[in-house]
Amino acid sequence: MTLPAPVPVGVGTRPATPCGARADTYRLKVDMIACDGRGLCAELLPELVRLDDWGFPVLERGGAVPGDLLAVARYAVEACPRLALGLERS
Amino acid sequence: MTAATGLVAATSGKDLWYLSRGSGLVLLVVLTAVFVLGIVARANWAPRGTQRFVLQGLHRTLSLFAVALLSLHVVTAILDPYVSIGWLATVVPFLSPYKTVWIGLGTLAIDLGGAVLATSLLRRHLGFRSWKAVHWLAYLAWPAAFLHSLKAGGDLSLGWVSAVVWGCAAAVGLAAGVRVLVASRDPGDDRVGRAPRGEVKPAPARPLVGARSASSR
Repeated sequence: MTLPAPVPVGVGTRPATPCGARADTYRLKVDMIACDGRGLCAELLPELVRLDDWGFPVLERGGAVPGDLLAVARYAVEACPRLALGLERS
Repeated sequence: MTAATGLVAATSGKDLWYLSRGSGLVLLVVLTAVFVLGIVARANWAPRGTQRFVLQGLHRTLSLFAVALLSLHVVTAILDPYVSIGWLATVVPFLSPYKTVWIGLGTLAIDLGGAVLATSLLRRHLGFRSWKAVHWLAYLAWPAAFLHSLKAGGDLSLGWVSAVVWGCAAAVGLAAGVRVLVASRDPGDDRVGRAPRGEVKPAPARPLVGARSASSR
């Protein structure tokens, strides 16, 4: 029995989303009133969230979530101790 | 009910009694871990090399594990023919004919803990304030569960059991002390007077537009 050839991981290998939608259709949002700067979002999503000197999140790429980070982004939203992190369709 | 009687038939009454006591002791340890991890999470602390979401994940996962242990603990205690507690006493506190007060405290812990768990599962729909208000009940639930294990459990004469039970109390006492310390250092609004992380750098003069790309950091 032969295994199928491994598919190289990288740009262009992501399966096309239905309706021709782009992968970046979800956007992270921080409710800065609710945010307490606990920093779990930056631990979970260093690709999208960095912390300023006071420990408050600054979103990279305007918070746009690439498809391969969507699951982690959802986890981060659930992990926010202050319910300050949201995910919305853009 | 047939499954229940089957279980009673399959085991001698003593097995159920042992299982109930054993699961109760393990449950105390697990609930203590959940409680301490919750306090640690609120203090925003993690041991070196550990990230805080890991402790938070443990806090959440262990609380679900506690539900499984609790089911075992309660079901075996009820099925055990040696003492009469009654199914209603698992939900309504202080109804058990056997050790009314101390079994009742266990039931109280179930009710309070159940409220904490249910609101946590619905946290996103409830909003932060309502969820947090109910979450404070954990500070009543753990002591109730502890007193229940102290007085309803009959194994404290065993040295190692009493070491485990009092070890749990010590862990909670320590964590609660830390919590009080955190609360006194950090009253309500966290961002007032908050010190920046690391060394304080003088703010560089930044252009208003394109600050990120122009920044020399």
